Amino acid sequence: MAAARGSRRGRLRYVAERRGFLAALLISPAVLFIAALVGIPFGLAIYLAFTNAGAGSLTGKWVGLANFRRILHDPIFRGSLWHTAEMTLISQAIVIVCAGLIAHALVHKFRGRWFLRFLILLPWAAPISLTVIGFLWFYDPQASIWNWFLIKLHIVDPFNKPNWLGTPRAAMASIITVQAWRTIPFATVIFLAGISSIPQEVDDASAIDGATGIKKFWYVSLPLQLPIALVAILFGIIFTATDMVVPYILTNGGPFNSTQMITTYSFATGINAGNIGEGAAISLFLLPVLAIVAIGMLVFARRAEVT
Amino acid sequence: MALRRNVFTYGVAIPFAIVLAFPFVWMFITSLKPEAQVYDPTKTWRFHPTLTSYGYLFHHTDYVRWLENSFFVGLLVVLITLVVALPAGYALARLAGGVGRSLGVGIFLTYLVPPTLLFLPLSRVVAQYLHLSDRLWSLIVVYPSFTIPFAIWLLMGFFKTIPQELEDAALVDGCSRIGSLLRVVFPISIPGILTVVIFTFSLVINEFVYAITFISSASNRTLPVGVPTDLIRGDLFNWPGIMGAILIPSIPLALIYNAFLNRFIAGFTGGAFR
Repeated sequence: MAAARGSRRGRLRYVAERRGFLAALLISPAVLFIAALVGIPFGLAIYLAFTNAGAGSLTGKWVGLANFRRILHDPIFRGSLWHTAEMTLISQAIVIVCAGLIAHALVHKFRGRWFLRFLILLPWAAPISLTVIGFLWFYDPQASIWNWFLIKLHIVDPFNKPNWLGTPRAAMASIITVQAWRTIPFATVIFLAGISSIPQEVDDASAIDGATGIKKFWYVSLPLQLPIALVAILFGIIFTATDMVVPYILTNGGPFNSTQMITTYSFATGINAGNIGEGAAISLFLLPVLAIVAIGMLVFARRAEVT
Repeated sequence: MALRRNVFTYGVAIPFAIVLAFPFVWMFITSLKPEAQVYDPTKTWRFHPTLTSYGYLFHHTDYVRWLENSFFVGLLVVLITLVVALPAGYALARLAGGVGRSLGVGIFLTYLVPPTLLFLPLSRVVAQYLHLSDRLWSLIVVYPSFTIPFAIWLLMGFFKTIPQELEDAALVDGCSRIGSLLRVVFPISIPGILTVVIFTFSLVINEFVYAITFISSASNRTLPVGVPTDLIRGDLFNWPGIMGAILIPSIPLALIYNAFLNRFIAGFTGGAFR
């Protein structure tokens, strides 16, 4: 009896010590959790887009492509595609230039580096859903602090102040500014990691070969930093294009739907108006962005593995 | 050369630091203004600072309640995340080899699936299957969907930096695999685990889309949803109070972030840049 139990325990121990089994045992809770909370809702999101599900019922009736047909004829939706692209591309272009500059400035040790880095990281470390409410106040039509500066600089007429969130072009510019502001620190951090990983020998070798200034930057530093820049851009694109917080709190799509994004329009249609099927169909237009970014990441992961 | 470098460094870093941090300065100044004076153009910079708004925030609003809610959700989500992600991150870094890397990248990609794509189906699941509408538990159940992939990715990076020899030594000394995990690997990974705790917690404090979709009553709101929806009386924004409400969680978080930043980078880039 005792021997039998002993051998059973022994067998259990033996199984537990086998690498493959133990790995599967350790990984499977995570995989199950992710399948249940990402995989199933993901499939459900696609399914719902083909139904007329509303606030009352989860499933609704199958309506085929009706939702897609309707939204593709909807000028507000088509506008939201364009606005999402505009917001994402312009803000990320700003981010890459600024983050590249800041990272090069911060890479060497200098007096006050810790404090300057702290200030530069603030927009990323503070919860964006809270800080964006602050921007609501900075863009206030009567008391905007930006207007105070612009009036002092004689750029803006004190009796005809711009209403940042109340006019279409200015509202879009305001949203893009906040998106760039909050992504710059993150991109800077990724850039910094990339630059510090370039070995000192490369620097020395290029110096011996006589590369300096712009030439060194163009032929040596830039090509080496391109993969890291790519990672920063990919993260920036996915975080910005799929973000709802900034446009939702600043303008909620207004004025006159001029800043309506895929995300805010999906929320307005699916939750506020209760047309879950149609809202799901709208949100599915985020998938191409996701696909592009995922493929980019995979290419980078493969490259990192080879080198 | 050194001088030119310094001019570039300070010439770039100082202006950018001022521009990026100015919103927080202005938030702080506004938070000290008497509420009646925020729209007074003659009092933009010169006024008698007061802490009234902070008092109002703590005594006459649900602010403390939202702080508690966010902490409660944050703590439980961090716990769930650690229980699930610690073993998985370790196994993916060490035991499963090449397959581990592919699976790791796959799990990381699920982190990129945005809440704005999943909130509609999840809102139905939460309401009809889980019956958790308007309960903090709905957030505790759903948040691990993005914190677990994120944490696994970070932990994979950390565990890869621990030399295999250390564990082999423990195995030779008669430790079981699980034993070497608990007695050797986890204790020396504590800085990495702490980093995961902090960044997971901040993901939870940041989350907005699920919180605004699932929660409907003021007393169950978390910080990021309570502040924009309930600090407004009618159409009137209490701006000094709102600014204080933003600064109170932001400044401590930023300090902790800065302290753990280097470890975060090491984990997040998965050791790819070493």
